[in-house]
Amino acid sequence: MASTPTPSTPPQPAVPPSSGVTVTAWSPGEDVIEVMRTPAPGPARSGFRTFIETIRGLVTTAGRFVEHPTTVQYPEEKTAVYPRFRGRHKLHRFEDSHLEKCVGCSLCAAACPADCIRVVAAENTPENRVSAGERYAAVYEINLSRCIFCGYCEVACPFDAITMGHDYELSDYDRTDLIFTKEMLLAEPLERTPLRNEGE
Amino acid sequence: MIAPLAVVGYYEEWWIQVLKAIIIFAVGLQLVPVVLLAERKLLGRFQSRYGPNRVGPYGALQPLADILKLLTKEQFRPSTSIGFLFAVAPIISIVTAVAAFAIIPFGNVQSIFGTPVGLYGIDVSIGPLYLFAFSAIAFYGIMLGGWASGSKYSFLGAMRGAAQLISYEVSQGLALLGVIFTAQTLSLTGIVNAQAGMWYIVPQFFGFLIFLTASFAETNRAPFDLVEADAELVGGYNTEYGGGRFASYYFAEYLNVLVISGIVTTVFLGGWMLPFGIHPPGWVDPFVVLFKMGLITFLFIWVRATLPRLRYDQLMTFGWKVLLPLATLNALVTAVVVVAAN
Repeated sequence: MASTPTPSTPPQPAVPPSSGVTVTAWSPGEDVIEVMRTPAPGPARSGFRTFIETIRGLVTTAGRFVEHPTTVQYPEEKTAVYPRFRGRHKLHRFEDSHLEKCVGCSLCAAACPADCIRVVAAENTPENRVSAGERYAAVYEINLSRCIFCGYCEVACPFDAITMGHDYELSDYDRTDLIFTKEMLLAEPLERTPLRNEGE
Repeated sequence: MIAPLAVVGYYEEWWIQVLKAIIIFAVGLQLVPVVLLAERKLLGRFQSRYGPNRVGPYGALQPLADILKLLTKEQFRPSTSIGFLFAVAPIISIVTAVAAFAIIPFGNVQSIFGTPVGLYGIDVSIGPLYLFAFSAIAFYGIMLGGWASGSKYSFLGAMRGAAQLISYEVSQGLALLGVIFTAQTLSLTGIVNAQAGMWYIVPQFFGFLIFLTASFAETNRAPFDLVEADAELVGGYNTEYGGGRFASYYFAEYLNVLVISGIVTTVFLGGWMLPFGIHPPGWVDPFVVLFKMGLITFLFIWVRATLPRLRYDQLMTFGWKVLLPLATLNALVTAVVVVAAN
């Protein structure tokens, strides 16, 4: 087996068998590993095995048949989300004074990798006091068709004014409807998404 | 009036025959959507999901919606197809399936309002031969449909269908021979009556298994559904079909499943007989037969949910090298036993 392949000789005219030229079998080389296999089962054994395995398969599917389906009937049943789930954003107000927490610093817009937040700040005046700070967000828009729900805005916000909510049902008929304004983000959202309890 | 080509077991008045034909066809027609829905629901359950449950209560109107959708579609035909054959092929399939349905006995001769009526389409003295004759013609439906489509996928599917049907029809016939030897008759009502003592599934268990396996192939059902192997042939012989013609092929396929269930019920499960010597009144018989047919159809769906599709060479090897010798052996052993016992 381990004989080295003979160097190929240039094609020669047909030599008679008695001329002393030795013809060696082609060797596959040193790196060929012969795999040891068990002998193939006979017809009776393989037939029996096929039959048994078929029955085993039928039993397996019958087991699925008797148990309850695992399908979640989506529009009626909803998958509960974890408390940390990052869904649609929410803007917050102070509980006592009802002033907006957002001071229009645009750190969220700076942190946003998808560049989907637009903040235009304006000065608070004594007559028109909107936020607790010096300035407030006159325009606060999030384009949810661009948002990747990474949560960086939440991390960047120094006043916890923006957090990620739990709502994941955000489809709409028009792209312009997916640009959420400050009023929409401040509004108490419809709790459409069930929340998963501790340890569930 | 030509002489009948086969002796018919029992004759009724012509108007009873017509009425019977209409009723049996109507029942068969109603059973197909039920089987269609049952298949989709059961397949879902076997795969831990619900299956269709949106149209109507528990999805009960799903087949109606499917059929309405198919029938209102445009009758599309590829430019490379052969028009006449393309249109005629689904009709061949559906006609043969309905014709084969006629021989399934749903009960013995009953007296309905004083008129004796056999609860079957026709009781021919060549029952199994009639079945095989029509399943042989049914193959033209697939073959012509695939060929006349002018598409390579359809053609390949039809070719596979031809080879498969021819291979497995032999085993199917040989598996029935054991029963025919034992019952000494080819009439299906005769075979049922011969099972009064014991259903043939007990002495002919191997015949039953072989017949059932060959029937999976004959009806182009999984695991032998190479004819329409979706993964490689798009849809097989019916790739180019749509709308009503596609619905006809579907109808024929499910009616064939029902016919085979009926034949298995009749030949191996004692037809309208109940076990343990229970003799209910005559009007129960059709329901007993329908219940047994339902069991066999359930088995068809169960197997479809379980087994993967065979490779083409495995199909041929199995048909010719395993099933055919076993069927021959079964017939031979039965013949020897029957001769020795008499």
